[in-house]
Amino acid sequence: MKNRKRLMENAIHGIFLILGLITVGCVLLITVYLVISGIPAIRKIGILNFLFGRKWASTAVEPQYGIFPFILTSIYGTAGAIVAGVPIGFMTAVYLAKIAPLKVKIVIEAAVSLLAGIPSVVYGLVGMMVLVPGIRIVFHIPDGASLLAAIIVLAIMILPSIIKVSLTALEAVPREYEDASLALGATPVETYFRVSVPAAKSGIAAAVVLGVGRAIGEAMAIMMVAGNAPNMPKVFQSVRFLTTAVASEMSYAADGSLQKQALFSIALVLFLFIMLINAVLNFFLKHSKE
Amino acid sequence: MNHVMTVKELCLWYGSTQALKDINIEIEERSITALIGPSGCGKSTFLKSLNRMNDLINGVRITGEVCYRNQNIFDKDVDVNELRRSIGMVFQKPNPFPMSIYDNIAYGPRTHGIKNKAKLDDIVEHSLRGAAIWEEVKDRLKKSALGLSGGQQQRLCIARALAVEPDVLLMDEPTSALDPISTSKIEELAMELKNKYTIIIVTHNMQQAVRISDNTAFFLLGDLIEYGNTEKMFEQPKDKRTEDYITGRFG
Repeated sequence: MKNRKRLMENAIHGIFLILGLITVGCVLLITVYLVISGIPAIRKIGILNFLFGRKWASTAVEPQYGIFPFILTSIYGTAGAIVAGVPIGFMTAVYLAKIAPLKVKIVIEAAVSLLAGIPSVVYGLVGMMVLVPGIRIVFHIPDGASLLAAIIVLAIMILPSIIKVSLTALEAVPREYEDASLALGATPVETYFRVSVPAAKSGIAAAVVLGVGRAIGEAMAIMMVAGNAPNMPKVFQSVRFLTTAVASEMSYAADGSLQKQALFSIALVLFLFIMLINAVLNFFLKHSKE
Repeated sequence: MNHVMTVKELCLWYGSTQALKDINIEIEERSITALIGPSGCGKSTFLKSLNRMNDLINGVRITGEVCYRNQNIFDKDVDVNELRRSIGMVFQKPNPFPMSIYDNIAYGPRTHGIKNKAKLDDIVEHSLRGAAIWEEVKDRLKKSALGLSGGQQQRLCIARALAVEPDVLLMDEPTSALDPISTSKIEELAMELKNKYTIIIVTHNMQQAVRISDNTAFFLLGDLIEYGNTEKMFEQPKDKRTEDYITGRFG
């Protein structure tokens, strides 16, 4: 009887271990696959030419594979989304955590969850139909599909992550800190910004990094609003991101061609970016627990 | 003796439960007034009414008057932030901000508009000395306040309250989370502070009330049963219930 029980325990432990290993296995598989298929093109093109080449012309008679425009576009686009999205998301979180009446809070939180659940192709579609023409008209430019349109879409897409993570951090601030501040004669708003927010700062930092991660990895929505031309990034210019560079040529690049190999190399670069962001995120999350 | 605070017919409800029933009390200036009574008797609620910290709790309704320096603190034109600056508070659990020791003390003065570095330095030193903790922390002012022991944290909180130059100091069971040595340090400190401030202290510990207070108020189930000179009350309680409580028959 006792032996059977122990056998059962061991079997269940084994099953959980296998389930856990499946996830780890997937990550390993993807990493190895990306490294193996990403390296050849980089070696052929040369790492400096590849990373810092300013021209991408994969289908020209003399093809050029410089992804510097994509790297810069991804960085600018993400930075822009953060600059626009973080203040809005952060202030919303402060409002929800500290100021909003319960009923208002419930409605806004539901809306935020819904925003998180909208598929990115829908963001792209709305952006294409509303935002792109809007930018064209407002700024009097020939085509509204631009870096600006992508930044706006990304800023909206990262709002839910930023709001939710900062909200959790702000709500975890002990009530005693706020009471102490109020008892010293500080107003509620002074208390939120000088006590609650600093006490939640590592959680808020984690929210920002999570937003960066979402923005840099997004492809579908921005492909639909950014115009997708491999230009060096400018606000009103049609641009291509690291993600959209892979997505837009993968379907017609010939198997085994340098073009296809180079797309894998772009994916590898993107992967490294995301690994870096994850490392930073983990750092902040660990820090906030202490 | 001057009366700093005069409470008239104070009643307080949490929703439909009445927590304070018709409290009348006068607080003497530069003295220590102890509020005693069993758990849930309303003594902490009463204390928090005096600087309107109860305003922050949903569903609280208050009637009656609390006059501080001849002004009813529930009047519409009272600046509640200014009121709380004059009537400081020390909480049950030491609650320093997660900042440096210096910033903890400077928080209040900065909030009230003092930016001058030299002046802040002065206030920080003066307040820490006032709370008898300067010698222990003067070399680590830039270090986090959370690294201090519980007793030190509580004296830091007292220093933080002193930094905004209050007139009255409310203490809500300030030693209940502390060891005996830290407790006696806080008690000594309270007795010294009463030369400059009016102190109202909630305590579970009757010996503490006897040791440090000038007047004692005994609360039971939201009623103020007896109020008067501490020595007299503990020697010859007027009310049977007071006698039962202070002789340890309940509570």
